Formats: sequence, structure tokens, C-alpha cells
Amino acid sequence: MADKGASLSVAKPSTMEIRGPDGVRMELVVNGVSRVLHLEPRVSLLDALREHMALTGTKKGCDQGTCGACTVWVDGRRVLACLTLAITCEGRDVTTIEGLTEGDELHPMQRAFLEHDALQCGYCTPGQIMSAVALLNEGHAETDREIAEWMSGNICRCAAYPHIRSAIREVRDRKTGQ
Amino acid sequence: MTTGSTLEAVGRPLDRVDGAAKVTGSGRYAAEFTPPGTAYAALVGARTASGRIIGINTGAAEDADGVLAVLTHRNLPKVAAPPHLLPSLAGHAAPGESFFPMQDEVVHYFGEPVAMVIADSYERAQFAARQVHVDYARDASVTTLDEGRDQAYEPEAIFAGFLPARSVRGDIKAGFAAAAQRLDATYHFAANHHHPIEPSATTAVWDGDRLTLYDATQGIVASQRTVAALLGIPPSKVRVRASFVGGGFGCKAMIWPHVTLAAMAARWVRRPVKLALTREQMATSCGHREEQEQRIELGATDDGRLTALRHHKLSLTSPFDEWAEPSLSIAAQAYACPHYEGVYRLIRGNTMTPTFTRGPGETTGMFALECTMDELAHRIGVDPVQLRLRNHAHADPNTGHPWSSDGAQECYQRGAARFDWQSRNPEPRSERDGNWLIGKGMATAGYPVFFPMQPQRARARLYADGSAVVQAGTQEFGTGAATAMTQVAADGLGVPLHQVRFEYGDTDLPNVAATVGSAGAGMISAAVHTAVTALRDQLIAQAVLDPASPLHGVDPAAVVVSQGRMELRDDSGTGETYRQLMERHFMTDMDALGSWSPPAPDVPYGLATFGAQFAEVAVDQDLGLVRVRRMVGVFAPGRVLNAKTARSQAMGGMLWGIGQALLEGAVTDTRDGRWANAGLGEYLLPVNADAPDVAIEFVEVPDPVVNPLGVKGLGEVGMVGAAAAIANAVFHATGYRARELPIRIEHLL
Ligand code: FES
Ligand code: FES
Repeated sequence: MADKGASLSVAKPSTMEIRGPDGVRMELVVNGVSRVLHLEPRVSLLDALREHMALTGTKKGCDQGTCGACTVWVDGRRVLACLTLAITCEGRDVTTIEGLTEGDELHPMQRAFLEHDALQCGYCTPGQIMSAVALLNEGHAETDREIAEWMSGNICRCAAYPHIRSAIREVRDRKTGQ
Repeated sequence: MTTGSTLEAVGRPLDRVDGAAKVTGSGRYAAEFTPPGTAYAALVGARTASGRIIGINTGAAEDADGVLAVLTHRNLPKVAAPPHLLPSLAGHAAPGESFFPMQDEVVHYFGEPVAMVIADSYERAQFAARQVHVDYARDASVTTLDEGRDQAYEPEAIFAGFLPARSVRGDIKAGFAAAAQRLDATYHFAANHHHPIEPSATTAVWDGDRLTLYDATQGIVASQRTVAALLGIPPSKVRVRASFVGGGFGCKAMIWPHVTLAAMAARWVRRPVKLALTREQMATSCGHREEQEQRIELGATDDGRLTALRHHKLSLTSPFDEWAEPSLSIAAQAYACPHYEGVYRLIRGNTMTPTFTRGPGETTGMFALECTMDELAHRIGVDPVQLRLRNHAHADPNTGHPWSSDGAQECYQRGAARFDWQSRNPEPRSERDGNWLIGKGMATAGYPVFFPMQPQRARARLYADGSAVVQAGTQEFGTGAATAMTQVAADGLGVPLHQVRFEYGDTDLPNVAATVGSAGAGMISAAVHTAVTALRDQLIAQAVLDPASPLHGVDPAAVVVSQGRMELRDDSGTGETYRQLMERHFMTDMDALGSWSPPAPDVPYGLATFGAQFAEVAVDQDLGLVRVRRMVGVFAPGRVLNAKTARSQAMGGMLWGIGQALLEGAVTDTRDGRWANAGLGEYLLPVNADAPDVAIEFVEVPDPVVNPLGVKGLGEVGMVGAAAAIANAVFHATGYRARELPIRIEHLL
């Protein structure tokens, strides 16, 4: 394979260990659980979750950073799992939609999405919810306008947008006791 | 509604029964099944729109790590019989185009699959697919209307032969002769892509000669029949499952080649194979709304009564099929115009066969008509709502038959009131908010009621403990069908909602047709209602015959069921529960199959769902920006099965209107016939910041004709007219008449 030769010909910096391009052992902490995987370094975090950890709650809508369906948190920050290599998440905390529920108890944002019907086909929904919870933590949900702006990286083709806003609003107001 | 049950659950704004699975991410979609040993297929698309493959080098791909097979026209097995386009509502095999790729070296459209790589991981399949090298002898291609104008022709029929290309009523010349006002406008519509957020995907698993497909489909039966026909195997050997489908909007309504290719790949490598289309491949693999042009000529009296309507459409189709989305139906029926002529003309181009796209046809047809109506209203100084009311057809103008149900007038009136239409100053450019010009527009919404072509079936089972399972071979892609059918089943059977589970998404269940053209809610509810009431009536009959039952000897028609208890309508003290009856007879459960036969296509009624759309826009005159500030939609869809999910569906349709009006346009690079904006970074869809709050009302009109519950459907009508209302609002704000969609910034500068 052409790219094999190319990556091996890179001069090896003394401090950096070259891993790959064949499968390598990596350890990922996802939803608080540590998992050892054997993956090629080119595997995205999204495919690692979906194809290798059976965590299919994180969705693939475009695989190129344009839809937000793959939104997860890495060390508490929202990131697009399709644009993140799994191997770069070693030593970090990855949280997916599966990590949001406490046992059978839905997260308040999940409950609000359900009650406000902030979804139709449900395919964008895990990404929307991961963004929505992060939004509140980031303090980007003061006004409807702000919610709309900061949620615009998550496309919903079913166009549940007004209901997504009302779900976020409700959780925000309950949090601040309004 | 037949006697014997009351409506307690139907209509209520129940939360989605599949909602918890969706908000937790536990629901599994087609590409989320990974049986042991799963291999991954990747498609290689043609890099030209027309020509022949003169060389194809698969060596590097075959040598790449983990590759199991590379299939091309040289080694891919031939299909058993060539596919024939047939809309999936027919319930038969429903290929999206009369063409199957990789059967020979000829290329008909850009992106047509020319090779398929199967490898042991997703990354390896994708990598190897990029190593396939194809040489083409390129021919000239036609990929836009402008390139093919000189080849335009009028076919006999369009839409797989179902619609005549020309329809007339009255005497169009006389109609124009009688007109005091004439308008003539031509509208151009860019092609559109569906882009559901779940890309189409199929996971194929063979077990001996039996095939299971997990497919992202709007019609599991259509998938089953299409794949069986193309592989030449009995449909009884093919099982299709789809518990969750991530949106369809028409692109999963017909069965496209990738589904069968996944099955072929799995058979070839003797392993389960997952084939998921990439986002770019979604633009070249499952149809699109075709690029089209529509010309409207309108004749009217000075007080705005229509005397003549000529509506011509010119659109681009594929080399294989005479397809045009049916754009001329509602526009011909909405108004009582005596003289009419509608004509479809086609240009055969190098694209795949276009397909259903939300509000198929009517949304472009009504855009053209409703913008022209707005122009007429403005010219003669009649309020646009009044103009619609004045022209509303009280019977189907094509046949003279009464509507099975109407409600249009109430939609206009309630919409106008909710929107505060009367405070609008009709003068364009008369309202401002700082630097923003404010405009208000409205339009008629409408969509035909379609029936499936075969009996629709469902099965109901009641257990002695009072719980029930109701099954139909349908699928849920966001319509709310799973929830609504649970409600229909609970009421028909007379048991509490929480006792009912609705099962779907599996061709082992009784068959219903693909859910397309807003026919889903009506036909599935009809099948479910028929099944559960058959079961209920069976148990009532048993009680009546049973000397040990308090209902012994009563008239079965006098019995109603509520909360699982059969009792006399006029004497609720006399009765017993299902449970008591069943336990007495040592029964664990009871089943019934329901089969509902749709009305004949020539039923003597006009069949349509009407509504009214209102929109307010703000236009920044320096920047040409258009913001939709609010929308009001009022629709008369017959009975509403679930007020919450119905509202969402209508809202989704209306917001699609924003995309159609202002954002969505596929651009063709004519050099190679490629969609230049196939990804979501370039093909603009409405995002949260584009979507205003939306007010929706339903006018529930009883409809005794269409199906037992009088359900006419909502998936499409919510979109029809929305773009026209926005464009009319843009005119009101700026004085600019849109003749081209999407409206772009440069149009307004
Ligand atoms: S899948 Fe990652 S942004 Fe679309
Ligand atoms: S719920 Fe279908 S894409 Fe958002």
C-alpha cells in the first residue's frame, strides 16, 4: 500500500512513538468504562464507537463534519466524532448518548425532547441532545436566538427545530428555577 | 367509525411510543446491525455522465489489506430480469429506475456504480474503493434543461405510465377569450436532494438460501419484492427488517440498486455485508427532484374569477424512464376554473431517474400557480385570501364529483385570523423594521389522497390478561405511525393504551404497501382498525353465544367495549371483561387478521387534502438576506390520529418550504454532469437558526369515503404552498417576483 511506505519514511522523532498504520492496541474510556481495542489509527472515533464498541447511539449522518449527528463529548467538550480519530482520545473521557442516562432514568433533556416531540425520525436526536446539554453547560441558551444559533451545527432534516428550542428552554428554566 | 368502540386514545397528543429508544440512542437503524463476520461494501461511482468504460484496473484494490472482493460489470452476476419502474404504493417490486448498474460497460449518469469493493473493515473498503482505476470513453451529455431544450418532447404518459401527459377540460381558447385579465409566468426550479440525516444503508445476511435485509426503507415489502425479483428468488426467501428508519422524504420510497448490490455482495463473499451510502452518494443513488420549468397562463375576470388555466411543465428525466413528479394535479383541482390544459414535456438527460421528493410534484406545481394567483390579486386589487375563497372549487373541477371532505374555506379563515392577515397593508414595501423590509404572503396548500392498489393487512392478538399485540408490516421513519397505530388499536379493541404494543418493521408481519404520498396513516390505520375490530367482534360474538355470559343472547351491535370490558351501550352494568370470557373458556389468547380493501380508483368523489399557508419574512435590502419570521399553517387532513405527532409532521413540511424557497438548489457541473454540491456543506438545508416558530391548526372534517377512520394524511400537504407563501411575502416586502427557486441573495440586490 502506497501510504504505508509514505508514513514509514517519515523521520522518527526521538520522543514520538510511531504507531500504525496496521492495527494498534488502544485504550479508550467511554462513558466511564475503559475498553481495549485493536484498531488501525485511521479509524474515527465515530466508527470505533459504532462498529467496534456496539455503541450505535452516536449517529453517522455525513462522516465529514457537516451534520452534527455524531456529536459526543470529549473531556466534556462537544466534538464531532466523525472528524476525531479514536486514537487521539486515549487518556481522555469520551461521553456518548448512552452515557447520559442513569440506569433507566432519562436525563432531563431526553425527557424534554420526548415531551416536546423534538424529534421525528430520531436519527439526529442523540447528537441534538448531546449538543443541547452542552449548550446549557456552556451558558449558550440565554435566549431563543442564542439557542437557535448554537444549535445550528446539528441539522434536523425532519425540521423539529422549534420543538428542540422549546425542549432546551424548558430544561434551562427548570434548572434556573424559573 | 363503526359502532362498538369509542375514541378515547385517537387524536390525543400522546408521546411517541418509540421516543425513548430515539432519545437514548438505543433504537437500531439499518447500518447498526453488525453480525459476527460482517464485511463492508463501498461503491465506486462513475466519473462521467455518459460514455463507456474502456478499462478498469482493480489490481491495486484487490491487493489492498483486508479486501475480499472487487466486483465490476465483468464479474458481478447479472440480475434475473431487468427492473421496471413502478411506484411502491402498488405493493409490488418497486425499482426506482428501469435500470440496474454494472451489467455492461455503458455509463448513463454520473455516480452510477461501476465497481463495488468488499473488505473486512469499513476503512479498508473505503480505502480500496479509491484504488479502483477506471478509464472512460466520454460522450456528450445532457444534464440540464438548457443543454437539452431542443430535444424536448411530449410523452404519452409519465410516472410509470400512470398519468397521461396531457389533460384538458372545457375549451381553453374560449376561457382565454372570456378573460379580462391575463397573466403569463414561467418558473424555474433547481433540482433538489432529499438528504435525510440517515444515509441509505442495507445490511445483508444470508443463511443458506434465505436472505435477511436490514434496510433503510419506506417500504419493507417493496424492498423484499424488488430484491427477490432482481435476484430471481422467491419473495418468501427474503425477509426485510426496519425497526428504525432515519427519515425518507421520498428517497427511500423506491428501491434503488444499492439494496440488491448489498445482497449480491453478501452472497459473493459468504459473509454478512453492510453497505452504507456516503453523504455524497446520497445525491447520485436514490433519485432527486428533477430540475424543471413551469409556465402558467391564467385568464380571469376583473373580479378575479378564473376563466382559463394553462399549466405546462418541462423537466429532465433519465435515459430509462419517462418520469416527472406529478406537478399538475392539485393546481388543476384547487380552483373552479372551467377551462384547463395541463401538459408535461420531458427531456431525456444523463441523470438517474428522478423520484418522489416531499410534496412530490404538487409543491412545485402549487408554487407556480400560487405565485401567479398572488400576482393576479395584486394586479386587480383583491385581497389574496379573498381571491382564493372566491375561486375555491366546491367540487372536483375535473369530474364534478363532490369532495369526500373539504375544509379549505375554514383553513383560509382560521389561518388569516391566527396570522392577523387583515392588518396587512397590501402595498409592497409598506412595512419596515429598522433596515428590514417586512412582507406577508399566503398560499393554498393541497395534496391528492392516494389509495394503495391492494388490500392492506394487519393482525391483532389479545391475551387473556387483557394485553394486546397488533402487527403490520409497515415502518416508522418519523411519521409517528407507530404511536398513532397504537392509539387506533387501543380504541378499536376497547383496551387501555398501555396494554397495546404495535409491532412493525418486518416482512414476516401482514403486508401493507410502502408509506408514500401521504397514504400511510390512512391505509395502515384502516388495516389496524379492521383487524382489531374483527377481533373485538369475534369475542363479542362468542360472549353472546355463551349461556354463561351476562351478554348471552343480546344483540352484538348493542355491545361496546371499554377498558377491556364488553358491555351494553345502554346498560353498562350488563357485561363482562375479555378476561372473564377467555378464562372461562380456557383460552390464553385470540387472533384476528384484518384486511382492508381501498375504495376503487373511480370512486365518485374528489379526493384531496387542503390547507392554507401564511408566512412573514424580513428582507435586508442591503444584503439581500431573507429571514422567515413566522409561519402559520392550517390544514384539513380528515381525522388527526395524534395531535402531537401530526403537528410535528405538518411543521416539518412547512419548514421544508423554507428550504425550497430560499436554500435548496442542486447545481450541476455540466462538464462532467456531476452534482457540484452533493454534500451538506454545499447543499444548503434549513438549520435551527433558519426555522422560526410555527403555528399550526387542524380543521378536522369527517370523511366517510377514504377509509374507516377518515384519515387523509399530512406528510406532504404541510409543505405544499409554504414556499409560495414565502415568495409572496418576499414580493410584499420588496416588490421582487421570484421566477426561480431557490431565491438567492443576488436576486434581491
Ligand atoms: S457525521 Fe459527523 S458531522 Fe455528520
Ligand atoms: S428527527 Fe429526523 S433528522 Fe432530526
